[in-house]
Amino acid sequence: MKMQFKIYRYNPDVDAKPYMQDCEVELEPTDKKLLDALVRLKVVDDTLSFRRSCREGVCGSDAMNINGKNGLACVTDVAGLKQPVEIRPLPGLPVIRDLIVDMTQFFKQYNSIKPYVINDTPPPSHERLQSPKDREELDGLYECILCACCSTSCPSFWWNPDKFVGPAGLLAAYRFIADTRDTATNERLDNLEDPYRLFRCHSIMNCVDVCPKHLNPTKAIGKIKELMVKRIA
Amino acid sequence: MANVAKRQFDAVIVGAGGAGMRAALQLSEAGLKTAVLSKVFPTRSHTVAAQGGISASLGNVQEDKWEWHMYDTVKGSDWLGDQDAIEFMCKTAPEAVIELEHFGMPFDRVESGRIYQRPFGGHTANFGEKPVQRACAAADRTGHALLHTLYQRNVRANTQFFVEWMALDLIRDADGDVVGVTALEMETGEVYVLHAKAVLFATGGAGRIYAASTNAFINTGDGLGMCARAGIPLEDMEFWQFHPTGVAGAGVLITEGVRGEGGILLNGNGERFMERYAPTLKDLAPRDFVSRCMALEVLEGRGAGKNKDHVLLKLDHLGPEVINHRLPSIREIAIKFAGVDPIKEPIPVIPTTHYQMGGIPTNYLGEVMVPKGDNPEVRVNGFYAAGECACASVHGANRLGTNSLLDLVVFGKSAGDSMIDFIKRERPVHKPLPENAADYSLSRIARLENQTGGEEVNDVRSAMQKTIQLRAGVFRNSENMALGVKEIAEVAERAKRTQIKDKSKVWNTARIEALELDNLIEAAVATMIAADARKESRGAHSHDDFQKRDDDNWMKHSLFFSHDRHLDYKPVHTKPLTVDYIPPKERTF
Ligand SMILES: Cc1cc2nc3c(=O)[nH]c(=O)nc-3n(C[C@H](O)[C@H](O)[C@H](O)COP(=O)(O)OP(=O)(O)OC[C@H]3O[C@@H](n4cnc5c(N)ncnc54)[C@H](O)[C@@H]3O)c2cc1C
Ligand code: SF4
Ligand code: SF4
Ligand code: FES
Repeated sequence: MKMQFKIYRYNPDVDAKPYMQDCEVELEPTDKKLLDALVRLKVVDDTLSFRRSCREGVCGSDAMNINGKNGLACVTDVAGLKQPVEIRPLPGLPVIRDLIVDMTQFFKQYNSIKPYVINDTPPPSHERLQSPKDREELDGLYECILCACCSTSCPSFWWNPDKFVGPAGLLAAYRFIADTRDTATNERLDNLEDPYRLFRCHSIMNCVDVCPKHLNPTKAIGKIKELMVKRIA
Repeated sequence: MANVAKRQFDAVIVGAGGAGMRAALQLSEAGLKTAVLSKVFPTRSHTVAAQGGISASLGNVQEDKWEWHMYDTVKGSDWLGDQDAIEFMCKTAPEAVIELEHFGMPFDRVESGRIYQRPFGGHTANFGEKPVQRACAAADRTGHALLHTLYQRNVRANTQFFVEWMALDLIRDADGDVVGVTALEMETGEVYVLHAKAVLFATGGAGRIYAASTNAFINTGDGLGMCARAGIPLEDMEFWQFHPTGVAGAGVLITEGVRGEGGILLNGNGERFMERYAPTLKDLAPRDFVSRCMALEVLEGRGAGKNKDHVLLKLDHLGPEVINHRLPSIREIAIKFAGVDPIKEPIPVIPTTHYQMGGIPTNYLGEVMVPKGDNPEVRVNGFYAAGECACASVHGANRLGTNSLLDLVVFGKSAGDSMIDFIKRERPVHKPLPENAADYSLSRIARLENQTGGEEVNDVRSAMQKTIQLRAGVFRNSENMALGVKEIAEVAERAKRTQIKDKSKVWNTARIEALELDNLIEAAVATMIAADARKESRGAHSHDDFQKRDDDNWMKHSLFFSHDRHLDYKPVHTKPLTVDYIPPKERTF
């Protein structure tokens, strides 16, 4: 099967500016995912650059904009993709080369929410106990793979990547607030009490729409907002 | 070395998977200036893909003892594991896992509030009597939970990561001591010399030497390649684990945890064939054993599907509740990569290359040990290894499921402690770098740059993968392996002439893949030669012409030296640290 592509290309070593390249590739029957097709394209043109690793949707390397929507190439079926398949780097982040973007800002925001359990009481010799029900509170939060599909589809993050934490970071913030082992809820809310860090989210839901792990940052953000309100009351 | 920039650290860690990050934490928290290099952002390391669990005899669900865990591990290793290292790992397991919990790892829980544990292959109570629930799990995303937790803890400790930096070569001085590495910054294409008092390799496995594998693209055995080129031997490379349940055709893994939760294997006739081969442990016998049984079923014409080339993993009888709660990602993988919903239909599976038991020779302190004169184990000053790239050797000829994640945190920590100790006591100041520290790496890059009329990287890599897949598979024989040795030598010759079209500096993935191929080739040659030489069947090495384990002649570790491709051997450690030796006996399940 032949497949047509339109791919965003930019190599700062040779290109004055980015351009869209038309190309075609002959797929084997075993090439089921978009990543398989890109790997095959790369055999023909080894200058095509993109990140990839696990090829099963858990490492978060190959997030890109596919026919206008952010997603992971390795779990996107080639069957059913409208052709030519238009592939661009994740929007809103500086492009380093081809489909490779600079994710510094994204990780900076993640780190800014203190993404680790804070608990100053000395740990017991066994586990810090947690009931199965309390543990369930973390489902839908801890599974994030930091692919940035969500944050780079969020208009508020595009405009203020340095000030707005963004959906991935806020989902992580709530993951720690929701953990019964974490004792820093107040401190975490203080950290987000700011016109930009949290409140730039206008519940547009783009993030939910694109998350390849079916997580719901908007809901987590809503919960944080609720806690803020409760705290004042 | 005129235009190569140098940077100095107390310690350099190559690899930010579970092993590298556990070690990093130790060093950062001790206040040492540490650089952690990774080809990918830390949470993208392949530890993230681990599914089923991490073993520890916590006894949260059923009575358990570390001595039983040790026995299972020795038996699982088919008596090739070093019993001092195995004792150390199994005894330390409970505190290592509790520590992860304290770091914030989101384990599943049992009613008492303690960590949930599930059964896994080869893990038993009371020295082989019956299966025991020893695998501590976070649903079927244990590796993800573990890796993210360790990354998060390192954020807290302010660990300095060099993300998307690829180490190229090990730097050894005239005494043979390790004093640093050369590395390529992918974004700029610049090569650096990183000067260190101690270096740890935690570069993961080389599963990509096979055509079909559960491993990620980045699992190219870089640590092995760097060692081989620097004169450090590779241990037990003939032992590769074939996981029974890779998705047929796709290679993606389906965790043994599925069988731990009650899933069963069926042949094309709908028979639960494992009952025939392993009456006690059935579907939960160790992996080498189950993989062989599956391969036999297919060979003897009892496979499933149109071409009778796979078997079926049935789990619909567990019910949607258990599947959605305990195995949610498995369901997703089956739907995405096998096109079946396991709530209704069985998953087509075949044995798939999964794990490298061999690697860089170390002791249980993470110190790299090589033969010198009559002494089979002399420390290489300043050099450490941990995780899948290392061979401690706790897994021997066959690893038990869930023992790798454990290996990462136990030996990541002990290697970190050994490094701290070494730096404080023996290496308070840096040893000088040799004059031409970067020359070798630069010449490799220059060769690639200037090659004309050469070989396509992709062609050579495919040829290597085809050879290893065909010649070093589940069942091996003399004739086939002899062919493999010849073929892989030819492929290695071709690899010396690889050529790339992309000559730019910024994020040149063609160059990275070519450099990775050099490492893969070292691992592949070591595998083929060590496999061909071992005239017995032990663990994952199943030799048709020598079907029995031969303890008199072959209870020994192989050591492969790359420069002249010769093999040496060293004895298995038969003396545990405190308990009695577990003598070899026949493995039945
Ligand atoms: C699909 C799957 C499921 C598994 N499930 C389980 C399980 O349930 N339980 C269990 O115990 N084990 C499991 N295993 C095995 C276990 O996950 C691995 O053995 C283990 O995670 C390896 O960890 P590591 O830290 O050694 O290496 P990795 O996690 O592979 O990390 C290697 C690191 O080294 C870096 N690196 C490599 N080369 C270079 C270089 N040249 N320069 C710079 N950095 C470099 C990489 O970027 C990466 O950061 C599973 C394995 C697979 C493939
Ligand atoms: S819901 Fe909030 S975070 Fe999500 S896309 Fe919209 S503005 Fe961004
Ligand atoms: S929330 Fe979803 S889309 Fe966003 S980074 Fe995490 S996994 Fe990716
Ligand atoms: S390659 Fe890992 S998520 Fe796609």
